[in-house]
Amino acid sequence: MNSKYSRQELFAPIGPIGQQRIREAKVFVLGAGALGSSGAEMLVRAGVGELTIVDRDILEWTNLHRQQLYSEQDVIDQLPKAIAAESRLRAINSDVKVRGIVADVTPENVLELFEGHHFILDGTDNIETRLLANDAALQLGIPFFMGACVGSYGLTFPIGVKEGTPCLHCLLEALPPQSLTCDTVGVISPIVVTTAARQTAELLKCITGATMEPRLESVDLWTGERAAMNVQSMKKPTCPSCSDTPVYPYLSANEVIRTAVLCGRDTVQLTWPKNRQVELMPFANSIRDIVSNLKQNPYLVSCEYNDHRLVLFRDGRMLVHGTKDITAARKIVAGLLG
Amino acid sequence: MEKMIDLNGNSYPVIPEVETIQQLLEHLGLGDRILIVEKNKEILQKDHYDAPIMDRDQIEIIHFVGGG
Repeated sequence: MNSKYSRQELFAPIGPIGQQRIREAKVFVLGAGALGSSGAEMLVRAGVGELTIVDRDILEWTNLHRQQLYSEQDVIDQLPKAIAAESRLRAINSDVKVRGIVADVTPENVLELFEGHHFILDGTDNIETRLLANDAALQLGIPFFMGACVGSYGLTFPIGVKEGTPCLHCLLEALPPQSLTCDTVGVISPIVVTTAARQTAELLKCITGATMEPRLESVDLWTGERAAMNVQSMKKPTCPSCSDTPVYPYLSANEVIRTAVLCGRDTVQLTWPKNRQVELMPFANSIRDIVSNLKQNPYLVSCEYNDHRLVLFRDGRMLVHGTKDITAARKIVAGLLG
Repeated sequence: MEKMIDLNGNSYPVIPEVETIQQLLEHLGLGDRILIVEKNKEILQKDHYDAPIMDRDQIEIIHFVGGG
């Protein structure tokens, strides 16, 4: 017995056979923010065989209170999260083949990124990417362990862990135009660790062959509220993502936010699909306290946020001024809208 | 009469004006969220949110959030 894992092997539901399965597992961690950091660290310590961690971002001071893989020096060095994560994870456990990739996960590259992995851990920060990952994971037949948290509240849901169970698309039906994010309502680190722990526990159970159920769980660490539901009855036989004849809508461009750099202007335009346009009034209300120079009329909402001027038009377009970088613009908008 | 329900594991007094699940969601400020509601261990379809709330009902609500 490798003494590094002896206490984990002593845990009867894992045992030496479970540890061998963990050793053979190739895990993909989608996002190296708060949940991704926490989950990746647990999986690397547990001794998975390979771990790929992907993120589009560079480190900022606002990350350090909850993103446990990073140090002040990483922020000073302006490191991409995927690179800093790779370095820290390798230092934690040299048994694991760790690979960090700096990339924005999109419909164009998601299948290629996921391919060859056995499990996917959700560490993304927005529902759109989760639905993209849901479709890609279902197409490839890879279990996907969803997790999300803001404030002191978190939720988890394992997808594709048992034949005939509902997927994230079954539960959500439509993508909400707007949801709570850490940039709008804040977040505390205990809920990050709790949510990541639940995702990782489900993933380890799945690796070791435990019986899995489609349980949606939530907890609020501040209020003590908690809920757990078996959502099997929400399986939709006609779900576009997991029916017998799936079309994986989020892998095609029609269902996702389209982006374009406006020629000759330092501006990126984002266009929402027709069926989920962002409403002006709710948007203005949700950002009122965190942006400056908020102005609205019946045709648009404009404001300044993180040194960028944002203009949302009634027809579902948003202009992000002050950048030509599509990834940066998407990140700003994901921070406000989820 | 004020009803007492079990809401996400905590005892919760329901004010008399709140008579249905939909009214409870609005009272909790969750009216415009994407969420799933379970009443006495049964998941409610969205068109059943007019279901009345009874004393000692067990209600669980999970809403989706973006962050992580």
